[in-house]
Amino acid sequence: MEHAMREEGEVVVVSFSGDVDLEHSPRAREVLLGAVTRGRRLLVDLSAVAYIDSSGVASLVEAFQASRRQGQRFALVSVNAPALRVLELARLDRVFTIYATLAEGLDASA
Amino acid sequence: MPDGLVYRGRFPARAEQLKEIRAAVREAALAAGCGEGCAQDMVIAVDEACQNIIRHGYCGDPDGPIELRIERCGATLVFSLFDWAPKVDPAEVRPRDLDDLRPGGLGTHLMRETMDECEFVEPPPGCGNVLRMVKRIQ
Repeated sequence: MEHAMREEGEVVVVSFSGDVDLEHSPRAREVLLGAVTRGRRLLVDLSAVAYIDSSGVASLVEAFQASRRQGQRFALVSVNAPALRVLELARLDRVFTIYATLAEGLDASA
Repeated sequence: MPDGLVYRGRFPARAEQLKEIRAAVREAALAAGCGEGCAQDMVIAVDEACQNIIRHGYCGDPDGPIELRIERCGATLVFSLFDWAPKVDPAEVRPRDLDDLRPGGLGTHLMRETMDECEFVEPPPGCGNVLRMVKRIQ
């Protein structure tokens, strides 16, 4: 799993690529919680995630809850079909804000 | 693809093995004629089951073995996961309430949602647990 983090104005964008699975989810968790501490709106780009499992989803939930506690917005963008399937099975597609593209996600915060 | 064993592999209970396990499941599923969605569901179920063995069965012991067998049985694929960890009490394995939003506890739910059958069966002598999951090929 690789990750990248950048700031787009008042938004922090974290992008993951590869597998966010049990092997890599501890690192994903660390990255996401670190992003939350930046005190900005957080967008998580999953477009290049090949596979995400329940441990990867757990890291998203934890970051979502940490954001909420700090009164910060959290959303997913570009969730591809395999990742969306896992989120739907976990009923988290109804919990997370999900934008189809990064552009939409950025526009929503403008 | 005729009925019978289509895959058998043994892995140490390490998270870094999951990628290889997922690839084996996907390959077997597609070779059996599964569509992408069906193959993906099978991958999800086996991955989650192996996570449970790694985390809860062997409690992180990286040397515990996991054996995966995949069998074609008519219009279904049968996945059997063998481990030599302490015996699980199936009554203790429950999916959590999804309305209770918290980071963990999704694995069992994902397994039961993606597979047509998911149950512990009597293990052979000397074996700890055998989890059997079945899904119709679609």
